[in-house]
Amino acid sequence: MNEEIIIAGFGGQGVLSMGKILAYSGVMQDMEVSWMPSYGPEMRGGTANVTVILSDSRISSPILKMYDTAIILNQQSMDKFEKYLKPGGLLLYDGNGITRHPERKDINVFRVDAAEEASKMQSSKTFNMIVLGAYLKIRPIVSMENVMNGLKKSLPERHHHMLPLNKAAIERGLEIVQEVQVVG
Amino acid sequence: MVVLQAESEIASINMVYGGAGCGKKVMTSSSSPGVSLMQEGITYLAGAELPCVVVNVVRGGPGLGTIQPAQSDYFQAVKGGGHGDYKLIVLAPSSVQEMADFVELAFDLAFKYRNPAMILSDGMIGQMMEKVEMKPFTPRWTDEEITKMHPWATTGKPASRERNIITSVELDANAFERFNHKLQAKYKQIEENEVRSEMFECEDADYLLVAYGSSARICQKAVQILRAKGIKVGLLRPITLFPFPTKEIQALLGHVKGILSVELSAGQMVEDVRLAVEGKVKVEHFGRLGGVVHSPEEVVEAMESKIIGG
Amino acid sequence: MSIDIKDIIKPENLVYQKSSLLTDRVMHYCPGCTHGVVNRVIAEVIEELGIQEDTIGVAPVGCSVLMYNYIEVDWHEAAHGRAPAVGTGIKRLMPNKYVFTYQGDGDLAAIGTAETIHACNRGENMVMVFINNGIYGMTGGQMAPTTLQGMKASTCPFGRDIERDGNPLRMTEIVATLPGTCYVTRHAAHTAAAVRKLKKALLKAFDNQKNNKGTSFIEVVSTCNSGWKMTPVQSNKWMEAHMFPFYPLGDIKDV
Repeated sequence: MNEEIIIAGFGGQGVLSMGKILAYSGVMQDMEVSWMPSYGPEMRGGTANVTVILSDSRISSPILKMYDTAIILNQQSMDKFEKYLKPGGLLLYDGNGITRHPERKDINVFRVDAAEEASKMQSSKTFNMIVLGAYLKIRPIVSMENVMNGLKKSLPERHHHMLPLNKAAIERGLEIVQEVQVVG
Repeated sequence: MVVLQAESEIASINMVYGGAGCGKKVMTSSSSPGVSLMQEGITYLAGAELPCVVVNVVRGGPGLGTIQPAQSDYFQAVKGGGHGDYKLIVLAPSSVQEMADFVELAFDLAFKYRNPAMILSDGMIGQMMEKVEMKPFTPRWTDEEITKMHPWATTGKPASRERNIITSVELDANAFERFNHKLQAKYKQIEENEVRSEMFECEDADYLLVAYGSSARICQKAVQILRAKGIKVGLLRPITLFPFPTKEIQALLGHVKGILSVELSAGQMVEDVRLAVEGKVKVEHFGRLGGVVHSPEEVVEAMESKIIGG
Repeated sequence: MSIDIKDIIKPENLVYQKSSLLTDRVMHYCPGCTHGVVNRVIAEVIEELGIQEDTIGVAPVGCSVLMYNYIEVDWHEAAHGRAPAVGTGIKRLMPNKYVFTYQGDGDLAAIGTAETIHACNRGENMVMVFINNGIYGMTGGQMAPTTLQGMKASTCPFGRDIERDGNPLRMTEIVATLPGTCYVTRHAAHTAAAVRKLKKALLKAFDNQKNNKGTSFIEVVSTCNSGWKMTPVQSNKWMEAHMFPFYPLGDIKDV
């Protein structure tokens, strides 16, 4: 198993922390992982993205051109990364604010309206966990138990009271993800 | 552990000089422009034969440059940087695990040879997260251990020994030439004993990639892509940049027909590769500049156009 | 009756002797230079306090670059201006040792201003000795940050011009404003009385270090007769007439 993922959106959407939780979950499941953020002053409120790789064997390049999965959380990221999906790859996106939906016909497309759901849950901070849940529904590469262990590991202890809320958000994501297009 | 935030890189490297003279394990860390500021202190450390560790997480230059990854400080680290004939022991980690492990290795080598060691990393290794297994901490050296292991350390002069003086000044040119010869002999010894490198699919390789640090990770993927196409490519990853794995490259020249040296620079390490190859096979350089990181696909393309088809 | 000199040189007649901490190396300082006197006083202070085994000195770049040849303690020779940073490194890792730095005006007040200010501001628990003779002695008598208005130097042959060169810098007054310094004082070493006062100040400074009080900073207003192009005696007179009014002697701060 070797899963190469780009997660991209606005700074503040929890892009980097979602990647981190996914990477920690992989560690809990005894996988090799890498987490490589884009960084710099432009991340203050600008676009943010992170490359996460989970693999059964030693990971070579942590920086990639083509991805197995793209998790897209705003229009700029859709424009930038749709073309870098491998044929047959997975594009998961949040529909909020998206004006141009995915156009490629050779990829699998799923949608999760996580922003809307997060506002229903009255906690914008659950947004990225809803997206993570949606991703894990399509690609169950780590068990829920290890995701919760990863979450625990990556959250500072003072935020551990948020664990049940995050778990609920992940479970909500599992439920509400919608299939848009599936190829071969 | 004593941790102190210095007012500048100039101050920090000189605090390292002070601490190192006491026989303690001392280190400092910065990114390219800050390491340029440290160059004066580093040559003093080399001249006074003090062990220490300096970490450079390289970013794109020249000038204030960018904050993205680069490998354009190779010459500064490997060929000097400050004034005078000196060498640093330069280690190039290519994973977060090595970033952790090389701190201990760098200290071991620095104390073994009484010489500053540098960990030459870059913004990619510096920013990424990976699984790391930490070794158990070793206890701090006691004063008695320091006095015993490092009799040169300025721990205060007891009646039983001569004064210890940490210095790099010698106004008698003949005496200073002798000292310089001593340094050169030490560097030669380091070259004989401390070369470290890693081979990846080199046994049957027709073509070779040479890359260190983050570029080596990218090249490893490029090897996989090229091998999948049926082209026999290997990767030699220098782990020590000084001493450079010259003999290790030479040993592959029996079957390797061409070499691509890949670094995030305009071509610095490639000079050492060419010196090793002595014109026997074609050697070309490939690398993105100024903070742009090459993709494995770009390396594949460069290998195909510059070496295999070139 | 003639007196044999051998009858005079006897232990019971001893009024003064060279500190046992001074080496037998012939000092390289110019005859008449203040450095030799201050080096000697520091050796005496370390000897009197009985802290030879626990003292590490930091020598500067400048005329006193080879100071480590003269006093029998462990030494670091620092890069130009960096003695306070080197001293910081030593003291932080060996807090039970005594550390002193010794710098001239080019070293402490020009190239190393930042290191001086920040070490004092952190209150590094060490003794800093500042030799101010208003000129760069070693390199050929160039203007220093402390060169007085109108004072001639090889790079201001018509005298320091405030408009062009800026004002002379009173480093000692500056560091006295920093909370990290516990004792800031200005002395001279041109008379026996001045030397006695300087020695008292140094004893107090090392005592402050023993009691973890912070940075003790001692300026010694000095002469450079070769750079000033005067005899040693003329230099001392010139210093009294011109340096002391701008750099007045005495304690500036004593917490």
